[in-house]
Amino acid sequence: MADRAGVKRVLNRTLEALLPLLAVPVAFLIGAVMLAALGANPLEAYGAMLQGAFGDKSGITQTLVKATPLLLVGLGVCIAFRGGVINIGGEGQIIVGALAATAFSIGFKDMPGWFLLPMSMILGALGGAVWGGIPGVLKAKLGVNEILSTVMMNAIAVQFSNYLLRGPMIDPKEIEQGTRIAQSALLPKAVWLTRLVPQTLLHSGAILAVILAVLVYIFLWRTTVGYRIRAVGLNRDAARYAGIKVPYYQALALILGGGFAGLAGAVEVMGVQHRMMENLASGYGFSGIVAALFGALHPLGSIPASVLFGGLLVGADKMQRAVQVPSSLIDALLGLVVLFVVGSQIWSRWRARRRETHG
Amino acid sequence: MGELFTLPVLLGIIYSGIRLATPYLFAAVGETFAQRSGVLNLGVDGIMLMGAYSGFYVGMKTGNIWLGLLAAAVVGILMGLLMSVISITFQAEQGISGIGLQLFGLGLSSLLFKTTLGGVESINGFKPVRIPLLADIPYVGEVLFNHNLLVYAAFLLVPLSAWFLNKTTFGLKIRAVGQNPQAADTLGVNVTRVRYFCVCLGGMLAGIAGASLSIALINLFQENMTNGMGFIAVALVYFGGWRPYGVLAGALLFSFVNALQLWIQVLGINIPSDFAIMMPYVLTILALAFATKRAQQPAALTKPFERGEN
Repeated sequence: MADRAGVKRVLNRTLEALLPLLAVPVAFLIGAVMLAALGANPLEAYGAMLQGAFGDKSGITQTLVKATPLLLVGLGVCIAFRGGVINIGGEGQIIVGALAATAFSIGFKDMPGWFLLPMSMILGALGGAVWGGIPGVLKAKLGVNEILSTVMMNAIAVQFSNYLLRGPMIDPKEIEQGTRIAQSALLPKAVWLTRLVPQTLLHSGAILAVILAVLVYIFLWRTTVGYRIRAVGLNRDAARYAGIKVPYYQALALILGGGFAGLAGAVEVMGVQHRMMENLASGYGFSGIVAALFGALHPLGSIPASVLFGGLLVGADKMQRAVQVPSSLIDALLGLVVLFVVGSQIWSRWRARRRETHG
Repeated sequence: MGELFTLPVLLGIIYSGIRLATPYLFAAVGETFAQRSGVLNLGVDGIMLMGAYSGFYVGMKTGNIWLGLLAAAVVGILMGLLMSVISITFQAEQGISGIGLQLFGLGLSSLLFKTTLGGVESINGFKPVRIPLLADIPYVGEVLFNHNLLVYAAFLLVPLSAWFLNKTTFGLKIRAVGQNPQAADTLGVNVTRVRYFCVCLGGMLAGIAGASLSIALINLFQENMTNGMGFIAVALVYFGGWRPYGVLAGALLFSFVNALQLWIQVLGINIPSDFAIMMPYVLTILALAFATKRAQQPAALTKPFERGEN
């Protein structure tokens, strides 16, 4: 009998884990209806997507290039959510992180590479941490809702970046040539991240992101600070009675979340673009939330989830070219995936409660 | 700086401030209903975009902007219904489901725009209506009483909503459901139904807010044309202490700063425009920091209700 109960429990657990995964096929089914309504063949469209994202070397490397910032942002989202705070400021934190890394590496370009490269990354992370830390401190000290303040910080970061890229940080060549495109000068070669596959954009930042995912897992589940962050997120009141300073750890969760998004920005300029430009964040702040959610807000789960959503972003462009359906379709489907994933969590909560009441 | 303080410019700032407040008022008053019933709908921005698109598209194709407005309202209700199913029936974490709704609205409105309209076109939107006599008052008349109908409607919505929330039985039910759903349930109030109603009402008003941009104020549709206005509207509800008049004060403050910012650029005053655009957002954060009185927050906000709990 005990074995049978054990089997049942394993089955239930498996179902719980798989339920959110159903969100993607369901969203894509709806997407198929929309595609058909737009006069495109859904099979052909999805085929082009799959082929474009995972079909050949170019597709796979592009997917991994997109997955890298998604994973880094997603790790920050995991930490914040585990601490019971919602960080929607990824977009702004990416921008500030990228600006900080750009400004530092160009400003100190004569320093040796072994110093310049890690310092640029650290400064990127610091920039993001400051941008996430402002809402964090405001929440801890004045009770300001972090969802709203992180959204406002996004808007502020965009304007701040526009100002810098059109003024103080603009590439001097853009002024010489009179084109005045809002972008910074090229970063010194010393901080360019190593390309892993020749003739592609895949860079060593991808490896860094995976290593960090493991470290974040160890941090959250194997250290005291990580344990406290999770305790605050699981049950604020219980954590308070246990003597944990709730506001402090929530602020910390937002600061760390911002730091990872800032690092994503730094890695994006150092690994892919080699300069800061407008629209660098290009929605990674929001897609990173989707990836983290889909990875069950677990740092290791975020790795495959980021690859999947990186593939979706790459595939969306390929689909657009193959069947002339705008890639915004995929944005809409991403929204549906989020709705379905959070909507399906009721089952796992319901089961958890049944486990409590029935022993 | 001196040219800012001339009478025509000041009147101009007031005029644009009142106009700009319109979408914020619709969206934020609607969100007030949702939040007073205990549901944080963070997807307002996505609903506004869908409202802006459908209002524009239907107005364009039928040549009747009233039908456009109706379409925006209906689409807003449908988006509210989607949010209700996920957040109320399926008890989803509201901060996240709202982000999902926003992404969905943003993606779908862009998709529909690209496939049905493609390029930028403009529409003959709602025209200013002079209110006789009142509009003849020197100086203030033109500024206050020469707007299009949606502007008047947005401002009338405020006292109407305050009355509805505070003086009617249904308003009492809404407040009860947001404050203590268990108690309301015991007294025979259908918590789920009240919340559905409020989120859908909020959705309808958000849809109209979007249409007020595309067929009354700007008279065209662009991808992501709200540019985060829906999030500001949610912030205004917090700022306004969950009261319609408080929301009005916040919306006016925000839109006047925005109008000031626009005029600063028009007059070519030497402040980088990026900083001018930044002002309203900085102001919102400051306002949230110094105006949050947490006691006024509906006690059950963001907490899903389940019968038989406790």
